Amino acid sequence: MNYPEELSYTREHEWIRVEGKKGIIGITDYAQDSLGDVVFVELPEVGRKLKIGEVFGVVESVKAVSDIYSPCSGVVRAVNEKLLDHPEILNQDPYGEGWLIEVEMEELDSELLSSIEYADFAAGEE
Amino acid sequence: MAYLPHTQEEEKAMLEIVGVSSTEELFRDIPSEFRLDRPLRLPEGLSEKAAWEKMQDWAGKNKHAGEYLCFRGAGAYEHYQPRAVNHLLSRGDFYTAYTPYQPEISQGTLQAIFEYQTCICELTGMDVANASHYDGATALTEAALMALDATRRNKIAVSSLVHPEYRETMGTYLRGRGAEIITLPYENGLTVGMESGLEQYITDDLAAVIIQSPNFLGSIEDLKMFADAIHGKEGLLVACVDPLSLGILESPGQLGADIVVGDGQSLGLPLSFGGPYLGFMASKEKYVRRLPGRIVGKTVDKTGREGYVLTLQAREQHIRRERAGSNICSNQALCALAATIYLALLGPEGLAEVGRQCLQKSHYTQQRLAVLPGVSVPFTAPFFKEFVVKTTEDTTSINQRLWEAGILGGLELSRFYPELENHLLLCVTEMRSREEIELLVRVWGGDR
Repeated sequence: MNYPEELSYTREHEWIRVEGKKGIIGITDYAQDSLGDVVFVELPEVGRKLKIGEVFGVVESVKAVSDIYSPCSGVVRAVNEKLLDHPEILNQDPYGEGWLIEVEMEELDSELLSSIEYADFAAGEE
Repeated sequence: MAYLPHTQEEEKAMLEIVGVSSTEELFRDIPSEFRLDRPLRLPEGLSEKAAWEKMQDWAGKNKHAGEYLCFRGAGAYEHYQPRAVNHLLSRGDFYTAYTPYQPEISQGTLQAIFEYQTCICELTGMDVANASHYDGATALTEAALMALDATRRNKIAVSSLVHPEYRETMGTYLRGRGAEIITLPYENGLTVGMESGLEQYITDDLAAVIIQSPNFLGSIEDLKMFADAIHGKEGLLVACVDPLSLGILESPGQLGADIVVGDGQSLGLPLSFGGPYLGFMASKEKYVRRLPGRIVGKTVDKTGREGYVLTLQAREQHIRRERAGSNICSNQALCALAATIYLALLGPEGLAEVGRQCLQKSHYTQQRLAVLPGVSVPFTAPFFKEFVVKTTEDTTSINQRLWEAGILGGLELSRFYPELENHLLLCVTEMRSREEIELLVRVWGGDR
């Protein structure tokens, strides 16, 4: 499993890449692998306000449906519309082409995990 | 393997683990004054023969539509069910109310449900339909829940002319969720329109407007007007319709509805004292992942042969648990099959013919009644098979007179709408002949 060092992680298996006020959010390699083939992604509308820990989307695979929780508060600025027609990108490239949303951040969840901490956590989930 | 729930040894073992010496001791926390200290006062047991006779005797006290000339509808309708429907339905291959738990092995059942879904889509003008619900009230409630989820809003506007019992069911389910329901008033037999203040109710926090057409008073609503109004606020239009009317009326999909629901009982299911009936539900493709319940899909296997599967199951409660779109859905596979056979037997032409007969006969009856002294027509809205008349004579006494002559008269509307004192809601389907209609008019007028 690959957990890039520059990202922060949640215990619900999301990652966030912080670039100044901007936060890009996706799901982890572990999450995509556990879900299996993703067949559908539901994303929020641009402009929606999110709270920390709020469910903002849904990822559906052939065997399960998972809610996606926000690792920060803020306003949704962009969503990855490519996923609506090509959900398989989430499996192929969860940290790159498979990003979910971009948020103008207000506050970051203070309990996010580092790459090493998350790797431990994910290993414990198995 | 014995299907005994537990043996005496097992009971003893369980009691030991719990740490009590007898079953009796399990109840020691219940104060003695609340415990029954004698056997239940039940009559002696009967032989099977005697029990059967007693039940026949009780059943004989019921009066059913078949014994009376039925001029009542209000949500449950007497239509003709071709004999072939029941014959096919009672085949052992189909005789279950449920989709099987190992569904794909029952290809015939799945194909029947798939055909049913196709019929519902064609009738309603929607893209997808599910495998059915308990009844129209449940389907309407599911549509409201779906609209709340899809729009992430918390308020529903429902017409006061949606069946009162459907609204009650919806209120029960929405209360727990904390959703707000506002009720749209009516005038002249129709839900308020643009010219009479609809706009003030259509706000941008509304998840959906729910309109029934034909509505509870029988009138045909202008669905397109409601669709345009609510779409302007990015909410949904939920249409509750009588599927039998769709042989001659424009489909709700064409008129802009996003979700269409209703009771399928009018598709040739017997009245049966109120059930089992059939709720149907269909929506635009956009909302397919929010559609509750089971959906059957058609696919091909690896060798290219056609087959049927339960599809999009990840939405459903057995996978998604408390986050599922619905935890109250079940289906009525057998009633859905009956409706499918009915529709297949009639075809589009037959369905239109039944619709035309309902339309003609109900209008004829209304005209005949309107010439009686003391009877007037309070609303001028167009109607399909039900209409309202106002009387100067007490409605209960009219119905009593009809009943004694073997006629089941109209519904006294004051039961649901106190302001409609001395108003009767009548229903005339293709079942009524001209002679029967004339008999109604004669007895109503006091002439035997």
